Amino acid sequence: MKKLVILVLAIALMLVASFAIADGIKVGIINNPPSESGYRAANVLDFETVFSAENGYEVLTYYSLRNDEQLSAARQFINDGVDYLLISAAETTGWDAVLQDAQEAGVTVFLFDRMIDCDPSLYAAAVVSDMAVEGETAVNWLLAQNLEVYNVVHIQGAMGSDAQLGRTGALEAQFEAGTMNKVVQQTATWDEAEAKRIVESVINSGADFNVIYAENDGMARGAVAALDEAGITHGVNGKVIVMGFDCNKWALREVLAGNWNYDGQCSPFQAQVIHEMIQTLENGGEIEGLNEKKQIISVERGFDASEITEDDIATYGLGD
Amino acid sequence: MGKTEKGKSSFFQKNSQLLVPLIALMLLVIFNLIRDPGFFSIELVNDNAGNPVLQGNLISILNGASELAILAMGMTLVTAASGGQDISVGCLAAIAGSVFIKVLKSGPITPWLVLGGVAACCLVAMCFGAFNGTLVSVFRVQPMIATLILFTCGRSIAYWINGGATPTVESDIVKAIGGFIPGFPIPAPILIVVLMGIFFALLFRFTTLSMYLQAVGINNNAARLNGINAVGVKLLAFVLLGLCCAVSGVIATGRLQLVNHETLLINIEMDAILAVAIGGNSLGGGKFKMIGSVIGAYIIQALTVTLYAMKVSSTDVKAYKAVVIILLVVLGSPVVKRWFGSMRNKLAVAGSRKEAA
Repeated sequence: MKKLVILVLAIALMLVASFAIADGIKVGIINNPPSESGYRAANVLDFETVFSAENGYEVLTYYSLRNDEQLSAARQFINDGVDYLLISAAETTGWDAVLQDAQEAGVTVFLFDRMIDCDPSLYAAAVVSDMAVEGETAVNWLLAQNLEVYNVVHIQGAMGSDAQLGRTGALEAQFEAGTMNKVVQQTATWDEAEAKRIVESVINSGADFNVIYAENDGMARGAVAALDEAGITHGVNGKVIVMGFDCNKWALREVLAGNWNYDGQCSPFQAQVIHEMIQTLENGGEIEGLNEKKQIISVERGFDASEITEDDIATYGLGD
Repeated sequence: MGKTEKGKSSFFQKNSQLLVPLIALMLLVIFNLIRDPGFFSIELVNDNAGNPVLQGNLISILNGASELAILAMGMTLVTAASGGQDISVGCLAAIAGSVFIKVLKSGPITPWLVLGGVAACCLVAMCFGAFNGTLVSVFRVQPMIATLILFTCGRSIAYWINGGATPTVESDIVKAIGGFIPGFPIPAPILIVVLMGIFFALLFRFTTLSMYLQAVGINNNAARLNGINAVGVKLLAFVLLGLCCAVSGVIATGRLQLVNHETLLINIEMDAILAVAIGGNSLGGGKFKMIGSVIGAYIIQALTVTLYAMKVSSTDVKAYKAVVIILLVVLGSPVVKRWFGSMRNKLAVAGSRKEAA
């Protein structure tokens, strides 16, 4: 008797639930937790803002740094009957089976921020940053400064990470071509204090340099602290050109103040693009403008000390 | 052992555990002098604010090792009393740094607010220290297991305090804590290490803490039966380590006026334990020499700076460091010490035989 009651209740609940869903587009979002980084915090916030009830969405979210947990959450979301699944995977592999299930269940998959190693037929589109393009944008900016000589101190991020590989690639090409001289190339694994130590050791060695290319803002800050203590001028009208990446608000303020010369953007804002694609699909349209990997590359700029404005900081800056 | 020799060697008899670290430090200095005679040159330059500051590898070593030296001091106490190590010091420093910045962000930065921030983060870190200490002393959990809890969750706590991202502050006072006091050419972190050293020296001079720590570390039950509050002594050791974490956290955040919960003093716990070991202290507790740990900290930093100066890739630095540390730890190990001791005795015996003949 008891079991029957529970069963009836469960069925009733499911019916109610399915009616409730019918109101909005049901979206499951799988991401890394906002605690991962300032970038991720902005990324999560962006998706929470765009995929809101006001915009006609019913949203399920799951945040984890672990691939296996993300995978089981994806399965759960498919069972829950989501219409769309948005994924920023912790790891690039292991997703084939789940994506296959999604396809069979009629769930449309979008990837954002990070690619997955699988057949492009398994997802509708991927909205990603191209770190190599970020590096090229920065290096092209540097070349446009027309310095007589480029003696570069290159501070790298955690070796093997996407951001490091992309941002290193373009500069490495210049080193190889001989247009720029590599004074020192060291990884500080995103550690600000380590970056300061590295630059300190370069200064102590007496080597001459006029460019600091740090692969994120924090490391650029560390490098600048070392310059300040050694009495080496930097930024606009300074001896050393300072370049960073990520566009934290505080970093952009340094650029605006002329203490740094350049900050490259790594855009965490992918939600709007996906929102527009979903609206297109809902209206019976087709997604256009994809490359062979079904990617849409986020538009990312670099901010130059001579051009940046307060508005840019408000619009593109991360954090506070 | 060794009572037969007299006079000039009495310093090394009393401080025999300092022999290996001092020799290591000397070898590093000699190695660098041969490699590059200009390695230790110090220059007086003006920084970008126009203040005179000292600069050079020696300053980089002394300055850069500050946080490690302070943590090593605290770690020595915990090691002596509990016979175990605290592996959460880096995380606790990150929490302390985050609290410091949080307080600073609460209003316009005045000297009083900075002082309040330092006080707040010392208090918070000492509370966390007391938490670790309670687990170890009252509940008799192994120190490494007890502190594993904070090691695991510490940086998440720091994240919550920061509310995401990497908060920065603009303040000359904070800058001075991690850099230079305007007009005074020696880096402030070095001065803070000296202050902490004086603090502990006075503490040991005017209290019986040092003896109690060793007594508890050598034999917990015997100490207790002799009327020493073993639980209290261990707890105090952890609270003092908490204080050390707070001070290092403040220095580390002061250096760049920024706190990044993920990277602040990352992996420093292992270096701090190493410093204690290199300093000739037994990781099993009991007798200790704090100065040994401090020398250990400077050895570790000198090694890093040397390797950077040799343009060793920073990914390889750890491997080279490991090789040197293996040598140091083996040289300082009881087995090798005993072997050296017996060698010396044999020589002495042989010498006295010769004299007799």
